[in-house]
Amino acid sequence: MLSFILRRLGLSIILLFLISFISFFIITLTPGSPYPWGEMNPKISPEVKAAFRKKFHLDFPLHQQYEMMLHDLFTGELRSMKDDLPVMKKIISRLPATLALNVMAILFSLSFGTLLGLYGSLYRGNWKDMSLSCLSFLFIALPGFWISYLLVLALVKHIGIPILGTQSYGVDFPTDLARWLDRLWHLMLPAIILSLAGIATQSRYLRSSMIETLRENYILTARAKGLSPTVVLYQHALRNSLRPLITGIGMLLPSLISGSVIIETIFAYPGMGQLGYQAVLERDYPILITLNMIVATMVLLGNLFSDLLYALVDPRVRLE
Amino acid sequence: MTTTTPPFLEIKNLSIGFSSDEKIVPAVRDVSLILNRGETLAIVGESGSGKSATSLAITRLLASPPAVYQGGQILFNGVDLLALSEKELRAYRGGRIAYVFQEASTSLNPVYTIRSQMAEMLRLHRPEFHDIDTEIIHWLEMVGITNPKERLKAYPHQLSGGMQQRVMIAMALSAQPDLLIADEPTTALDVTIQAQILAQLSKLEKELGMTMILITHNLAIIRGLAHQVAVMHHGSIVEYGPTEEVLQNPQHPYTKALLACIPRLDEHRRRLSTIGKELQ
Repeated sequence: MLSFILRRLGLSIILLFLISFISFFIITLTPGSPYPWGEMNPKISPEVKAAFRKKFHLDFPLHQQYEMMLHDLFTGELRSMKDDLPVMKKIISRLPATLALNVMAILFSLSFGTLLGLYGSLYRGNWKDMSLSCLSFLFIALPGFWISYLLVLALVKHIGIPILGTQSYGVDFPTDLARWLDRLWHLMLPAIILSLAGIATQSRYLRSSMIETLRENYILTARAKGLSPTVVLYQHALRNSLRPLITGIGMLLPSLISGSVIIETIFAYPGMGQLGYQAVLERDYPILITLNMIVATMVLLGNLFSDLLYALVDPRVRLE
Repeated sequence: MTTTTPPFLEIKNLSIGFSSDEKIVPAVRDVSLILNRGETLAIVGESGSGKSATSLAITRLLASPPAVYQGGQILFNGVDLLALSEKELRAYRGGRIAYVFQEASTSLNPVYTIRSQMAEMLRLHRPEFHDIDTEIIHWLEMVGITNPKERLKAYPHQLSGGMQQRVMIAMALSAQPDLLIADEPTTALDVTIQAQILAQLSKLEKELGMTMILITHNLAIIRGLAHQVAVMHHGSIVEYGPTEEVLQNPQHPYTKALLACIPRLDEHRRRLSTIGKELQ
């Protein structure tokens, strides 16, 4: 078990190096320049430009730039090309908002996905299950930004759900509780939209795997023992149906992160996704590469985590 | 005035069909059987003859839909099981009528230990036990499992096929059911293990005075194990009587054909017999 984890972590480090290499070169391939004032701006003197190039090592050949970038990345000296602030500081200031959004979206995806999947597997074939299936495919297929705009149009007028930022401004909250509730309320719409595709895929995974499990012989054994339908369902069937769901959890994280880039931008939600989106537009290489590495690390850890979960759920799985 | 005690188990004119595309395909047609306490009844027939459907129907384990109980009665000590509610039936399932299924490797839940699967049965039907482990070990020993204490923490995949079937039998017996239904308990096992399991069943039958329904497609194994035999073909019982009589002097052509299929050591045959087309 421990050696498995160590080996996987070692492999991940190699992978991260490859990812840093590829993402660095892909980012530098994009057209446009990182100068905050525009490359051709005549008002900026050549000296200022030269100083900027020197500061961010832009005069060096690419492979040397890569080495310096890697060095700065690991020593934490990387600075934003836009405002010269340390990259880590900028990212950390965005972290709580993004964490809140993604944790909420994961909670929604798993809880509603599981409930709907169970429901579908129990009532498979009837009209409720059919319409759930149709809706699921719809939400998997429709892009989140499109649904966002529709929902914003529909909901704001009628229930006044907030669609901008993380909290209400210019309001004196009488208690801390009121402030936190306001933040939660701001989180709702982005989190729901971000989790729609997740709910849909998770419920599909669980539904099909439950239907398969319910046909197994040990389910007949459990019923023949005289166990109640609830015990048969939750103790005997559900645990055996979790494997595809765990695969889903591993894939949920990357899809949420890519989704949050779009959703955060639409809802002016000050998280890492929005930071990344702005960094792409501004060609802020250091920010982009750091965000890329953070996301890559999270994806790799997510995969490791789901492999460990497999072993936890199913005694037949051996980690080797 | 005399009161007649009802037979232990009496199946009266049972008919079951499976619905598919609006029409109902018959699986069991007008089956009637009587089983007395302490006796073993063998139900013999080929795949699809309705023998498993009949046995599962006794506690209404056939999922409905697609199964449709079209008619008849299943009287267990005089109580019609087909008329009971799902909840009332649960007390019968496992507790009074226990099952052992064909493939133990898939009939035990792969993610739970032997202990937890057996404890589940005991807690449900014999809640008076406080020392469940001792009771589990007792039953594991009873079915011939060596080192039962060490097997408690084992998962099904860590046991051999024969061991798994023994666990299934131990689990079924631990609730001390009145009736044990063994649905092809040895089909998935190789021949030596088959012999061991059958010997074990026959030993337990005598020791515990068990009442048993043995379902099999193999006429050769029922001699010495079953008192009565019912031969099923296309959902109906074609021959029904004491085992020796049926084996010695089969009346129905299907039974004759089935018996002719069993190869014997003291004869020379180029080809084994098959069931004739006229009976298919």
